Amino acid sequence: MNAPFSYPPAAVSSRSDRDVPAIAARPAVRRLGLGAPLAWGWLLGPLLLVLYWSVLSINGYLDPRILPAPWTAIETAGQLIRDGRLQDNLAISAWRAAQGLAFGVVAGVGLALLSGLSLLGGYVIDGLVQLKRGIPILALIPFLVLWFGVGDAMKVTVIALMVFAPVYIQTHAALRAIDLKQVELAETLRLSRWRFIRHVVLPGALPGLLTGLRFGVTAAWLALVVVEQLNATSGIGYMITLARNYAQTDVMLVGLVVYALLGLLSDGVVRIVQHRALAWRRTLAS
Amino acid sequence: MTVAVQVRGLVRRFTQKGVLDGVDLDIAAGEFVALLGRSGSGKSTLLRALAGLDHDTEGSGSIVVPRLLSVVFQDARLLPWKRVLDNVVLGLGGRDAEARGREALAEVGLTGREKAWPYELSGGEQQRAALARSLVREPALLLADEPFGALDALTRIRMHALLRRLIAIHHPAVLLVTHDVDEAIELADRIVVLDDGRIAADIRISLPSAGASRRQRASDLRARLLGLLGVEAGTDRSIDQAEPRLSA
Repeated sequence: MNAPFSYPPAAVSSRSDRDVPAIAARPAVRRLGLGAPLAWGWLLGPLLLVLYWSVLSINGYLDPRILPAPWTAIETAGQLIRDGRLQDNLAISAWRAAQGLAFGVVAGVGLALLSGLSLLGGYVIDGLVQLKRGIPILALIPFLVLWFGVGDAMKVTVIALMVFAPVYIQTHAALRAIDLKQVELAETLRLSRWRFIRHVVLPGALPGLLTGLRFGVTAAWLALVVVEQLNATSGIGYMITLARNYAQTDVMLVGLVVYALLGLLSDGVVRIVQHRALAWRRTLAS
Repeated sequence: MTVAVQVRGLVRRFTQKGVLDGVDLDIAAGEFVALLGRSGSGKSTLLRALAGLDHDTEGSGSIVVPRLLSVVFQDARLLPWKRVLDNVVLGLGGRDAEARGREALAEVGLTGREKAWPYELSGGEQQRAALARSLVREPALLLADEPFGALDALTRIRMHALLRRLIAIHHPAVLLVTHDVDEAIELADRIVVLDDGRIAADIRISLPSAGASRRQRASDLRARLLGLLGVEAGTDRSIDQAEPRLSA
């Protein structure tokens, strides 16, 4: 408390001369933080990958029959766009993924609310969801084909089932993790159950829900790949399958890159939503 | 005289925050009662019982409290995802809710911070927002569980003045749980000392408004209360001042 009195003045000055060269400099960033973020920083990894790939292609280490060069992929993509094949298939794939995602998210959030906010709901729903999680989607597909045929209904169902699980799990966990202190507050303010859910529970569970949504979006694209390799007559997956039959590695590659970009793009969208919706949080990343 | 709180034969066992062993307590409408006690004496248990927050504790006895009561906790308990004004009007309904919320924020000196997130406020400001939230409902009883315990000494002095001003405007009955003897003397009309789940003393404060006699009477009261709490008045202070410790 009164520490300065106990030091001889000489000792104080010699200390600051020797060990404290930048004594006045206030660190511009948090010492244990992550530093100042760059707007397009997340592109660094993908760019490095493309660079590595280009170098290997130029040197001839990569046989174009095994993996075509990046510029070949761009050329082929241009060709596919001029033909109209890329955008037509992309639109069909995106529509399937969007429908599956929508159904999966609605079901995941809805059931998580039912099972998270009522004991009975939890008893009924949670066990069933855990059972469903235990069944690999690939094992389920034959049944889904039996029930829904090979058309879009089956495809959307598979995607929705894949999306559903992470959204449900994360939302349910977040709902059950609502701080008891906030429940007490709501009780002393005599909030009705509806106002409690609307003002305390839902916003409190939103971070979990959005994490689930990120997993869900990725799951939607993954499921899309699976279903489009099955009996599809359109879509990016069909384009890839067709190209495989004719050993068109460049078209296959374009398909892969499109999948990757879609995943990256949709994840970015969810992250923006997350950032906006969770402005009230102060975390290591903010 | 209207009674705000009537507690008879209150027993609470097996709680984390201390037991109650037959407590009788009346608080008149508009009366400010400070509840003093060591940790584990049961003072928080009593407050939580009055607030209706002790659902799963075993006990007996009767409690009569007004329907409209507010609780101020030691932590401000603002919902982090709601801006300050939305936090204040959380328990309000009706069209004029927002106007009332703004008025309540003005009373605690937070005009201009309506749209701030809770994390942007200092500890004292957060607690002021919590006070605004509890008083905007015009409660007949205000229960405060060490509301200033987490604040620094200077902020606490300001909060005492603010609380007195707010009580004068809204005049609810108040039960303030504290372990700070000076705070109790400063604010309350009456001090109840809880020891081991029973009421050990119930002292009405009637100090002269100012001057040397007030200071003397306050000092006597302080010594008496510290004695009731098991602290020899004066000794704890003299240690702090007389022995400068090397570790400090």
